Amino acid sequence: MSPATVNPAIFAELKDAAGADFVSDLVATFTDEEAPQMLAELRDALAAGSAERFRRAAHSLKSNAMTFGALPLGELARSLELGGLPADAAPVDALQAELDRAVDALKDLCRG
Amino acid sequence: MAESGSRLLVADDNKVNRLLLGRSLEQLGHIVAMAENGRIALEMLRRERYDLLLLDMEMPEMTGFEVLEQMVADRQLRDLPVIVTSSLEGVAHVARCIELGADDYLSKPVNPVLLKARINSSLEKKRLRDQQSALVRRFATSEVAEDMQRSGFALGGKRITGTVMFCDIRGFTSITEQQTPEETIELLNTFYTLMFDAITGAGGVVNQMVGDGLMSIFGAPLPLADACGSAVRASREMIELIEMLNVEREAGGRMPLKIGIGIATGDMIAGYTGTHSRATYTCIGDAVNLAARLEAHTKLAGRPILVDGPTAQAVAGQGTLEPLGAVQLKGKAGTVDVFAVSV
Repeated sequence: MSPATVNPAIFAELKDAAGADFVSDLVATFTDEEAPQMLAELRDALAAGSAERFRRAAHSLKSNAMTFGALPLGELARSLELGGLPADAAPVDALQAELDRAVDALKDLCRG
Repeated sequence: MAESGSRLLVADDNKVNRLLLGRSLEQLGHIVAMAENGRIALEMLRRERYDLLLLDMEMPEMTGFEVLEQMVADRQLRDLPVIVTSSLEGVAHVARCIELGADDYLSKPVNPVLLKARINSSLEKKRLRDQQSALVRRFATSEVAEDMQRSGFALGGKRITGTVMFCDIRGFTSITEQQTPEETIELLNTFYTLMFDAITGAGGVVNQMVGDGLMSIFGAPLPLADACGSAVRASREMIELIEMLNVEREAGGRMPLKIGIGIATGDMIAGYTGTHSRATYTCIGDAVNLAARLEAHTKLAGRPILVDGPTAQAVAGQGTLEPLGAVQLKGKAGTVDVFAVSV
């Protein structure tokens, strides 16, 4: 069995600690503002050939994914952070797909 | 001990991290301000007072490493506790943060229980440091206190050449027998005020007060160009001040005060002794014992100020010194050349 897109125990712990309403707002900040910017930055950095900008954007995304318990997303972002500038956009596309799944899962968890 | 209500600054360029950390800290009862990069954080730290900084490493404009470097170089900021919060990979980063003066390191995502414990521990450390510097200011001039803060607090000492002075009230027991305890406390407070004034005015540091006596150091922790001369000048002024006090006392029908002063110069170890939470700045060495013996000998010699050979040599020509010859002092194997300072 593949690991859950968002680890329910980690997310529940976050809600317990910070409060459900606060976490809903925080998820919205991530899904609506921050994550799209980070993805855009990854693509821009790749196009510009800037390994440092690419690493930083991947680092930020990893950090937030781990906070919400989106562990597969976090692992993908981590491999980009440590792997250097990729040869093409395929790894970024894969990350985008995993991010989309995580966003859906997080929104579901907030409603639930 | 709960340390809620402290002013904390969170520096993190990642909005989600910043908001979440801010929330956790507010839930612990703290007042939280936020900065989105190192440059803004540093500006805020220089503008307002904070009790603790939570610092991310990877930030645009100015990284956390650069913030730490600037803080170490800034006397106002170097003692502010810093907890690094980062998800940087590798222990080398952690080691570098600690080397740059960070108190602690929390990896992200930050565990709320660990966060609370680390914050309380850092705030408690800061409280102790503040208490120590307040304590230092109580027995040292502000220049000396600042120097101690600059060079940091560490148990252990360094070898210096300095001058030590002991001063004691003569016949204190019979004075206390003739007046109420309230009058004695008031007399001691007046005595200490006058002696502190003369000693710190000449560049010395009063480091011990015991009963009716005190010990002071000239030439440590800050080097003094003319430690011997300063100590002798201070001792003369102390005698003058006591004589002025005695005019008042005798007019009020009270017994005059008499003090004895012993001064000796030499190599000694100066530094903090005690424990990390409770320590005294002091000097240890032959000259310290000698100064105490000379002070005790003033009674026998019938002279208020006695100094040793090295001190006398250093101040030759600065006033009248009378050689009293070689004297056998208690606790000393050989004889010691003793000089009386005329007042």
